[in-house]
Amino acid sequence: MMSLEQFENRNVSENGYYKVDIESYPETGWEKAKQVFSRTIRGELFVGLWVVMREMLKFDIHTVQYPKEKLPVGPRYRAVHEMQRLWESGTERCIGCGLCEKICISDCIRMDTRIDENSRKEVSEYTINLGRCIFCGYCAEVCPELAIVHGGRYENTSEQRAHFTDYEDMLTPFDMAVKGQVPEYPGFGAVTPHEDERVKSTPLAY
Amino acid sequence: METAYFIETIIKIVVILLVFSALAGFGTYFERKILAFMQRRLGPMNVGPFGVLQIAADGIKLFTKEDIVPTNAVGPIFKIAPVITAATAFMAAAAIPFLPQFTIFGYTVHPIVADVNIGILYILGVMAVGFYGPLLGSLASSNKFALLSAARAAAVFISYEVITGLALLGPLMMVGSFSLIDFNNYQAGGMGDWIIWSQPVAFVLFWIAAFAETGRTPFHLVANDHEIIDGFGTEYSGMRWGLFFIGEYANMFFISFVIVLLFLGGFGDGSVFGALMFLLKMSFFFFFFLWTRAAWPDIRPDQLMWLCWKVLMPLAVLNVVVTGFVMMF
Repeated sequence: MMSLEQFENRNVSENGYYKVDIESYPETGWEKAKQVFSRTIRGELFVGLWVVMREMLKFDIHTVQYPKEKLPVGPRYRAVHEMQRLWESGTERCIGCGLCEKICISDCIRMDTRIDENSRKEVSEYTINLGRCIFCGYCAEVCPELAIVHGGRYENTSEQRAHFTDYEDMLTPFDMAVKGQVPEYPGFGAVTPHEDERVKSTPLAY
Repeated sequence: METAYFIETIIKIVVILLVFSALAGFGTYFERKILAFMQRRLGPMNVGPFGVLQIAADGIKLFTKEDIVPTNAVGPIFKIAPVITAATAFMAAAAIPFLPQFTIFGYTVHPIVADVNIGILYILGVMAVGFYGPLLGSLASSNKFALLSAARAAAVFISYEVITGLALLGPLMMVGSFSLIDFNNYQAGGMGDWIIWSQPVAFVLFWIAAFAETGRTPFHLVANDHEIIDGFGTEYSGMRWGLFFIGEYANMFFISFVIVLLFLGGFGDGSVFGALMFLLKMSFFFFFFLWTRAAWPDIRPDQLMWLCWKVLMPLAVLNVVVTGFVMMF
């Protein structure tokens, strides 16, 4: 077990700390003049000039021209929700269990269910008030069917508040789901792409 | 003869006004682009190809913005101040030869409005009057940041006019004339004749003073954005502010011309090559104004005055004395 000894030792000078060696300030006029002279000769201004010139010549521009170019959003990013459908059959994944409504801490999910003609439970009303949503991700985490997930759509502008709650917008379009055009969902909780390349092997020193 | 001279002068004035008003606009574009590149950004990109039309957009904005005169401002002075800055900047251009003389359709053109024999004195005097723009504008606009700017402008003005004048004494003694044409002819023999080789101290001093004269970055304290908002420009809007801007950029161009003419051989022997080199050298000095803005920090007013009175002025006086002794023996 680790002892507290090393934390209780407040004598900083023994822990590898050392005082920075600061030259004493010049006092006499001659010393001040010498300082001015040495600083003048050192040419630090030219170092600054060289640094910015080097960056200009390298022309390594970091600007992302936003509306034309976009940075990729990580799959674990929690942006506007998506309601998923099943592949091929295209039926809604949501089984109307109401867990997301229950867990939502900002009370922005509202759902209504009914029994349809195949005596399956069906969602008749589903709204998320995105004006209130804090994008905590609890709804996606609690969903047993991976029906509600967080997508990557972060550009939200509208003239109407009502547009922020439209269920049809969130649901995957039916025809796309049937044709299998919806990509495999890499959403909230998914592994970041290229993660394999970044994994380091466990050191096996022992 | 008299009428022809009159018409020629009017044409020259109009050309200089138009060219340098446009160049002032392009100057802002170059400044934004070069600063952006030095900071690994792209600068204006969206208006026109590579953002070139940003100048037009800015121009439209400046012309159509509401012109506000604050309630407590001293109206007439507040209104005339930007005009002083812009007008004096262009007035200074009258004694600057922008190109060597050339012949077009058998008519010899001297690209200088008036080759007065006190050219440099005139330029320095008019540029000094230009300081009344920021000074009066900031005093009249009844704004505390503008007031601070006025105090700083006065400090810079008093300090650096001294340096400009004293630094030029050495070269003036050597050339024996105030005319910039004479200065150019004195150095017409090629690179070896340039005054920078015989008067390097004067060159550096004049260059430093030029930064104060134009209010560019190491000495930008008259309108430091991070300290006093825009200084004298705080209360200005629309085209009045635009006039300050045009004046500043025109001044940068003109002082670049003057430095090259005084110390770096000007347009040399007057050939096409010499004229091109003249513009190239001028461009370097203009570029240097932008370059320092990206690289160097601003200094405090007390540091500026310390530098001026305790370092540069003794150096300038020493330079004059040494020049005198060398010329005497």
